[in-house]
Amino acid sequence: MPIDWFTVTAQAINFLVLVWLLRRFLYKPILKAIDAREKRIADELADAAAKQADAKKERDDYQQKNDEFDKQRAELLSQATDEANKEKQRLLGEAREAADTMSSDRMDALDKELKNLNQTITRRTQDEVFSVARKVLTDLADTFLEERATTVFIRQLRGMNGDAKSDLSKALKTSTDNAIVRSAFELPTEQQAEIQTAINETFSAEIDLKFETTPDLVSGIELTASGNKIAWSISDYLTSLEKGVGELLKVKPKAKPESKAKSQAEPLTS
Amino acid sequence: MRLSPDEMIFWQHGFFKLNATIVFTWGIMLVLVIGSMLITRKLSMDFKRSRWQNLLEMVVIGIMKQIEEVGLKEPAKYIAFLGSLFLFVAMASLCTIIPGYEPPTGSLSTTAALALCVLIAVPLFGIEDRGLGGYLKTYTEPTIIMLPFNIISEVSRTLALAVRLFGNMMSGAMIIGILLSITPFLFPIVMTLLGLLTGMVQAYIFSILAAVYIAAAISSKKPKSTPVRADQNLKHKT
Repeated sequence: MPIDWFTVTAQAINFLVLVWLLRRFLYKPILKAIDAREKRIADELADAAAKQADAKKERDDYQQKNDEFDKQRAELLSQATDEANKEKQRLLGEAREAADTMSSDRMDALDKELKNLNQTITRRTQDEVFSVARKVLTDLADTFLEERATTVFIRQLRGMNGDAKSDLSKALKTSTDNAIVRSAFELPTEQQAEIQTAINETFSAEIDLKFETTPDLVSGIELTASGNKIAWSISDYLTSLEKGVGELLKVKPKAKPESKAKSQAEPLTS
Repeated sequence: MRLSPDEMIFWQHGFFKLNATIVFTWGIMLVLVIGSMLITRKLSMDFKRSRWQNLLEMVVIGIMKQIEEVGLKEPAKYIAFLGSLFLFVAMASLCTIIPGYEPPTGSLSTTAALALCVLIAVPLFGIEDRGLGGYLKTYTEPTIIMLPFNIISEVSRTLALAVRLFGNMMSGAMIIGILLSITPFLFPIVMTLLGLLTGMVQAYIFSILAAVYIAAAISSKKPKSTPVRADQNLKHKT
């Protein structure tokens, strides 16, 4: 079998052309694509590793921040609890003070009310006493209260002596204003004349008197001049009466405020 | 009966002629080049790529790995030559399933041309790697006495390359031809399948041997035992 040297040459050239063509159209593009892909994979792996490292760092940062946040939260909570406790104590104190003040005010109001009641009772008692006395005197002795009061006052006036008499005499004589005779009831003209006469005789002078009716006056009749005073009073009678009534009243008002104070204090302390 | 496709001449003008060997070679070249152009025209650099691109990448990477295993550390440098050798011989064998086709590798002219290409390429790669002096010095190793033997070895292995491929391809085609004339259709089909396998093995052997020769030429520092052993093993197989 002879070798055809033309065919050998042609085939060698053909093969070399094939090598060049395949190098141009097959190996280079394919290897380039593979290299590009491998580079991209390597880049993406490096990028992923970098991102993972970043993520780990960020996770650590967040963890640290979270820990700090928890710590701060615990501190703030503790602080807020302390402040709330202090505020609670303060509010409780204020509430107690307010309750005490209210209780005190209530007690004051009760005292005031009691005093007013006492005054009212005194006045009513006085009126009643005067009324009863007037009626008894009228019925039994056939005389008037005003007459008897005036008589007693005049007797007391005439019975004055010593320093009291001299002081009052001096005051009546030296006073520029009229001396004032006050009475709880209106004095009839006869009694006014009797009093005027008795004063003139007692102090041996012509004294100008001014008669006034003062319903609030506890005593029956009083004479005042420049700060000096002489009076017939039923205060002793009233004092004993007031004492008796006062003891009776003290039992009830004391019991009520205590129960009320308790009922107000309970919601604050709960 | 034709022993070689060289004998089928389509056109002749003096020394120049156009025989079946050259025509079928052009056909194979066209298929390989146009196929490569069509696939590599739309190459994807991304992770998603076509099946054809995957196939080509597998082929190229497979060839590169084989070259690397032989001992060539820079396979990209040699893939154009060695890969083309493999693809050409493999495609020439694969096309035997086409009726009327005769493999150009069944022609001694073609195998001689390929063997001559290897004969020239081996010293060229050797000189490129070690320089002219360095390469020539390999012929005198281990002693100057080995110089004629080395030259004889160089020539004889080239001859062996050419004859081995020619013999295998020609015999395959010949056996199928003979069997077609004396036996029913089934047996030649089985032989065709066997011929395909033989052809692929021959393509592998031819390119690997070329790689081994180049590997032996480019570096004396590399252990020679591995390429030599591969050479011997392959010879045993044939």
